[in-house]
Amino acid sequence: MDEKDLELLRILEDNSRLSAQEIGTMTSLTAVEAETRIHALEAAGVIRKYTTVINWEMAGNGEVSSIIELKVSPERDYGYDRIAERLSRFRQVKTLRLMTGTHDLQLLVTGRNMQEVSRFVSEHVAPMDRIRETATHIIMKSYKENGNILFEHKETERLPYSF
Amino acid sequence: MRNFISERAQSIPPSGIRKFFDLALTMEDVISLGVGEPDFRTPWNICESSIYSIEQGVTSYTSNKGLPALREVLSGYLKQHYGLCYSGDDEIIITSGVSEALDISIRAIVDPGDEVLIAQPSYVSYAPCVTLAGGVPVPVECTESDKFKLNPDTLQEKITKKTKALMINFPNNPTGAVMKRNDLQTIADIVIDNDLLLVTDEVYAELTYEGSHIAAGTVSDLWQRTITLNGFSKAYAMTGWRVGYLCAPRDLCESVLKIHQYVMLCAPVMGQVGALEAIRSAEEDKNNMVNEYRLRRNMFVTGLNRIGLSTHIPEGAFYAFPSVKATGLSDTEFAERLLKEQHVAVVPGSVFGAGGESHLRCAYAVSRKQLNEALSRMEIFINSL
Repeated sequence: MDEKDLELLRILEDNSRLSAQEIGTMTSLTAVEAETRIHALEAAGVIRKYTTVINWEMAGNGEVSSIIELKVSPERDYGYDRIAERLSRFRQVKTLRLMTGTHDLQLLVTGRNMQEVSRFVSEHVAPMDRIRETATHIIMKSYKENGNILFEHKETERLPYSF
Repeated sequence: MRNFISERAQSIPPSGIRKFFDLALTMEDVISLGVGEPDFRTPWNICESSIYSIEQGVTSYTSNKGLPALREVLSGYLKQHYGLCYSGDDEIIITSGVSEALDISIRAIVDPGDEVLIAQPSYVSYAPCVTLAGGVPVPVECTESDKFKLNPDTLQEKITKKTKALMINFPNNPTGAVMKRNDLQTIADIVIDNDLLLVTDEVYAELTYEGSHIAAGTVSDLWQRTITLNGFSKAYAMTGWRVGYLCAPRDLCESVLKIHQYVMLCAPVMGQVGALEAIRSAEEDKNNMVNEYRLRRNMFVTGLNRIGLSTHIPEGAFYAFPSVKATGLSDTEFAERLLKEQHVAVVPGSVFGAGGESHLRCAYAVSRKQLNEALSRMEIFINSL
């Protein structure tokens, strides 16, 4: 991993649809060199997936997202890993993190409606062994996701000429 | 009625591209590569700190020299980044943009009839500032064959008994040229041998893409005869804040300060507060912007060469300076027709003085998407010739 690789990652993180040719031109590499590096980063698992930032609210599918916080009793020898890995297998769990603070695990859970989310929490998450407490926070509106502003904002006006 | 306009004011030519400016304003879908400012917004932490200071009632004059805290951090910043040693107490003045810094510096050093050498192509205000101060601007042409660096022989030829100072601007607007340490060394020898003063506008210093910026004040013994100008507009996307600064040895600085205190009193305090925050915490924002400019530069310059406009790689600033010689059109004709036929606005190089003719200044401070669109339109235009 060198400075060029980091540069490629920054470019791809912003826009993964650029061609190897375009990326190469921007970073002073040939298209083949850029492609080889990108393949290597994919093979090493540094690049996990190419995806899209979607404003689902705008798409109007009515999905509900919640942040679920869990207090968990860690297991001897395994700590939080085994329970976290088990929780990760649920399709509904989009993000899962171990946190400092009042709770231990933090989940981002999505479902078609409130009922589906609350059923998932009460039937699948809360009853699991070692989970002592849950706190569910419904997401009302997203303003920014992964560095991307989701609300409309006007471009500032610039003069057509200045020196 | 008499003509009340002074001869000096009359002697300054009006902006040569006023008509383009007006035409571009009437068009709907213009892609403008004519804007000499970043397309980014000012980093929010800078805006926030300025807003907060207004809420706290920080709305009065500052010391003529500028906020002491700002001068103090600037002094440290210049030392750390460029090895420049200026005391925050009495060798730095905060100004209303580099434009003011330039004007008052020239006024402090020029007597009627003094000649001031200006490395051209250059920013459009240099020569008029000299004229307004009663001096005589003398262009020193930097050519494409020298990668638009200042050539020591050309410089030497222009020196007369009346020459008082040399003005340079690297990284350069409009060519993007950069002077390395050895380039500056030969210039330094000439400046010192002829007992000249050096005014160096380094507002694009942060936008240096290969290696690091060399401040003229760190070369040889130039420091004691150098006025260094810089500002926040370009590096931190703060053009509208109007904050620049000038640095000079104590005695020189004191004389410039006299003019500053009468004509400007102080730079706007809100801008100064924002500038302080910029230095304290916007380093990463700045680096991100510089990285983005580098990517755009590589993409855009490759594109220009591909469509038949020969362009050297600019090592700094955010301008590409392609030659239109191969098209058979003059720079003004090219720019005028490109705007009318394909709605892409660029600035004809001749606006920037000697050495600028047959070139275009294209600012790549617009999104990559717009740059690609501009390239396609320029290609259509060239193919139609």
